Amino acid sequence: MNPPSAITSTMPSNPTKLKIIWLQGITCNGNTHSFLNDPLLGTLLDEVEFIHHPILPAQKTLKEVVKKIPKSDILIFEGAYSASFERAGVPMETLLLALASKTKHIIAMGSCASFGGIFKEGAPEHISGILFDKEQESGPLRSMREKVITLSGCPAHPKWLSFVIDMIVSGKTIAVDEYRRPKALYSYLVHNGCLRNEYFEWKVDSDHFGTKEGCLFYAQGCQGPMTHGSCNKILWNEVSSKTRAGTPCVGCTEPTFPKSNLFSTKTYMSIPSEMPLGIPKRSYLALAGAAKSFHIKRLEERLIDDNA
Amino acid sequence: MARLTKEERKVSIMTKALELFSKEGFYQTTMPSIAEKIGMSVGNLYNYFTSKEMLAKDLILYIANILGEEIRKINESPLNTKEKIEAIVHMYFKIAQERPETIEYFLRVYLSNREVFQNCCEGMICVSAFVTELMIFFEEGVRSGELKDQEFFSAFGLFMGYLGGMVFINGEKILPKPLESYESSISDNIYNALKSN
Repeated sequence: MNPPSAITSTMPSNPTKLKIIWLQGITCNGNTHSFLNDPLLGTLLDEVEFIHHPILPAQKTLKEVVKKIPKSDILIFEGAYSASFERAGVPMETLLLALASKTKHIIAMGSCASFGGIFKEGAPEHISGILFDKEQESGPLRSMREKVITLSGCPAHPKWLSFVIDMIVSGKTIAVDEYRRPKALYSYLVHNGCLRNEYFEWKVDSDHFGTKEGCLFYAQGCQGPMTHGSCNKILWNEVSSKTRAGTPCVGCTEPTFPKSNLFSTKTYMSIPSEMPLGIPKRSYLALAGAAKSFHIKRLEERLIDDNA
Repeated sequence: MARLTKEERKVSIMTKALELFSKEGFYQTTMPSIAEKIGMSVGNLYNYFTSKEMLAKDLILYIANILGEEIRKINESPLNTKEKIEAIVHMYFKIAQERPETIEYFLRVYLSNREVFQNCCEGMICVSAFVTELMIFFEEGVRSGELKDQEFFSAFGLFMGYLGGMVFINGEKILPKPLESYESSISDNIYNALKSN
């Protein structure tokens, strides 16, 4: 007779907590801070335990980890990778590979761990992500690519991490894109769900940061229409996002991050140099030209006018 | 002989109407005079166009599409920007010579009677096919470093205002030489005015 069901076979037979090691490369601690802001952190910590975490209470210090590399279920790597960068006196090329080879899942937490990010700007030839170096899959963990989940973002949203951990805990397969980012989180664009979409449709631009009105794409450098991320679906601190608050998306989940001049839109003869993702230039211009031909009074007024 | 489809019949009506509009002007041209020229009843003409305004709107869309399609071919060719300017000038003057009613309609009906079009052709809606291709031409010229970056409409006005003005003067029989003899110097002037420093 067959086992009772496929579902039960994927559940852990022993309901012990998942063991996690959180290792930091070259980092600003931004992803740790983000993680600590998860309102459901307490619930998550009931399901997992940290063999090591640089800030949270954990079983072992990094020095103890280094003495005898333990097995783990998940290795979370925060920060950029540099082969010679040391933690607990061990260069990363040794430490990361040793920990990675003794774990089941690896999470590149944040843009630096994913693609090199901000820190790569300091020494582009020596610094990369753990699997990708910008768009190139040439990082030190390329031989273990199937174990790696990329959670790019500066920082990554805490709920993106808890989603991945929950999927691992429940034994589900995580569908990923070309950069091994979970499709459930990164198949959307930041543009999706932005409260300013109506302004984008009718080409009503925002002149300033911080206002409720206007689209930030044309003048303020917003990269929401070409950036994969669910920032306007899974809100930050459960209430807002950059674009909702009136600052442009800087495209931090993409391997091209950071670009230069993040707060202005590069144009050629008044036409944005970069089109919304997958939209042919001719189609965009025809539609934008049509939209600009109309003046929608409601969209040109303040939403809340204190002087009215 | 095969019967014309309704769309083919519409194009045939527009071609005749275009001649009348560009020669007589919008207000002098009436639905009965168009019907008479085509040789159909006025009632039947209304089966194809519900009003003179709708016919006028379809005509400007038709012309914008013709011009847009021509510029699109130039945009998609391997020419450099200077050569593209020469090609656009040549194309525009050629149409002005061979199908003068097309450009005449644009200048003397569409641009001169904005009140007729204000409720159906707001802004650039009816000339979008044409303006979009010029946007692409300018954008690619700046991106390749051949043209200087500036406001789109500053460049657009310089280019198309110049060409429109020349065709208008030609239509008034003021030019001492044939229109095509100015192509080279006009192309040079446009390029020199728009090129990057």
